[in-house]
Amino acid sequence: MMAVERVAVTDRAAFLRRREYRALRVVALVGLVVLWELVTRTGWVSSLFLPSPLGVIGELVDMARSGQLFVHLGVSLRRLLWGFALGSVAGVAVGVSTGFFSRMEAVGQPLIAATFPIPKIALLPLLILWLGIGEPSKVAVIALGVFFPMAINTYAGVRQADPLLVRAAVAFGAGRWSVIRKVVLPSALPMIFAGLKLGAGTALLLLVAAEMIAADSGIGFLVLHAGNIMDTTKLMVGIVCLSVLGVLSHWALTGLERAAIPWRYTS
Amino acid sequence: MIDDLPGARQGAPRGWYAVAGFAMRVIVDRLSKTYRDRGGQEVAALEDVALRVEPEEFVAVLGPSGCGKSTLLGIMAGLLPANSGQVFFEGARRGGQPLTATVFQEFALFPWRTVQGNVEFGLEELGAAPAERKERAARFIAMTGLEGFEGKFPHQLSGGMRQRVGIARALAVDPAVLLMDEPFSALDAQTRTLMMEELLGIWERTRTSIVYVTHNIQEAVYMADRVVVFSRRPGRVLDVVPIELERPRHEGQMGEPAFVQAGERIWKLIKSQAQAALREGGA
Repeated sequence: MMAVERVAVTDRAAFLRRREYRALRVVALVGLVVLWELVTRTGWVSSLFLPSPLGVIGELVDMARSGQLFVHLGVSLRRLLWGFALGSVAGVAVGVSTGFFSRMEAVGQPLIAATFPIPKIALLPLLILWLGIGEPSKVAVIALGVFFPMAINTYAGVRQADPLLVRAAVAFGAGRWSVIRKVVLPSALPMIFAGLKLGAGTALLLLVAAEMIAADSGIGFLVLHAGNIMDTTKLMVGIVCLSVLGVLSHWALTGLERAAIPWRYTS
Repeated sequence: MIDDLPGARQGAPRGWYAVAGFAMRVIVDRLSKTYRDRGGQEVAALEDVALRVEPEEFVAVLGPSGCGKSTLLGIMAGLLPANSGQVFFEGARRGGQPLTATVFQEFALFPWRTVQGNVEFGLEELGAAPAERKERAARFIAMTGLEGFEGKFPHQLSGGMRQRVGIARALAVDPAVLLMDEPFSALDAQTRTLMMEELLGIWERTRTSIVYVTHNIQEAVYMADRVVVFSRRPGRVLDVVPIELERPRHEGQMGEPAFVQAGERIWKLIKSQAQAALREGGA
């Protein structure tokens, strides 16, 4: 009797499945630092151009001990937080009102469209003229930078609110303010948080730019000043601080998002 | 309606309507509604629709899809303006008991609120005190079989459970009339049958008048006292079919001659309408 041929089905979609290489993530990060250290140790690159990671850490510890680091960090953080807070509150307020009230939309949308493309740092000289060279002008430029992504994202979030839920709320007696507070705002929260994350990046960028142009303290000043005197190690300390600030703000916002939007993260 | 004795609404927020021996009647008086579609064309959704809902009555509104049934509910709920005609709640008092509460086909639960929060929503808008909200919500959560799920978010529940929340949310405000817009059509067949039974059980206890929109004949006959049969768009009342089946209803009645005859009568009324809709390519 002849054997009947059998063809087994193979999993042809195997290559599409994505695995999580957790160890590889760590290796990549650590590997970069180790490679960097090795390159500086061989002496191929002068430490003037590329200081060693250990050197940077040593400098960071020294600056922390002397308190110099915290002075700069503190000043920058204050500017950042004020600018971020003012910009995001104003952005949410404008986003909600233009998203909800059509008259506000008619007024606000062309204004935002006209002013949004201006690179905010270009306004710093004007802001300095108006508000002086002190803190307000730096806070204002950061606030402006945060305001636009916040307003635009909040507006989009409000517009995306499910009309069925709005109808349901009205069916159960909700008026205008109840609808905004209980339906529109929670609907817009995911977009608001996306805006906050975008805004955090913009804020950091504008902070450094403003501090490089007109400041005698802050991380941006530290980086520029260290560069001017060719103290590359100190310059790198500043850059590391900025990187850590960026990562931490992202983490903080992600944590806040999880706390504020529990219905998205409970399974 | 909810408590055993008329007027015995100790749990009700201040200012709620309660007069012993007096119940509310809904009068839909020659409603017409035309929409303007995206092309700017006028589309008639309702034409001269008149009907009444008596106290404690369960009325089904039945018709082919796109016959304006949902439009009717929207107008009754005060969510849509009519072009002509009016809806009255006879025996109602301004600022008293909420006239209507709606149960939506797509549930329309607030995803950011837990079961408890969703059921309390209407009570919040009525200005009920927190303790009272909690107590009333608990009552209707229990009545709809949602005990133990108070802290869950809608996405953690099955379709049937979600619609239970929708029903509890609507009943919690003690409306004069409960408006139900194809409430079970998004559920699977088994769940739908069970939910119909449960709704009847709840209705037997609360005796809140119900206007129940559906396109399912069996559903309408099984539950309603009267079935208002609608024509295809523009929706007109073709006929009102009384259902003479004993209460409380049970599945066994589905084989009874009265059940079958009522079903056949309704089918005859809408068959040609449905066929025409089919030829046109649906709604």
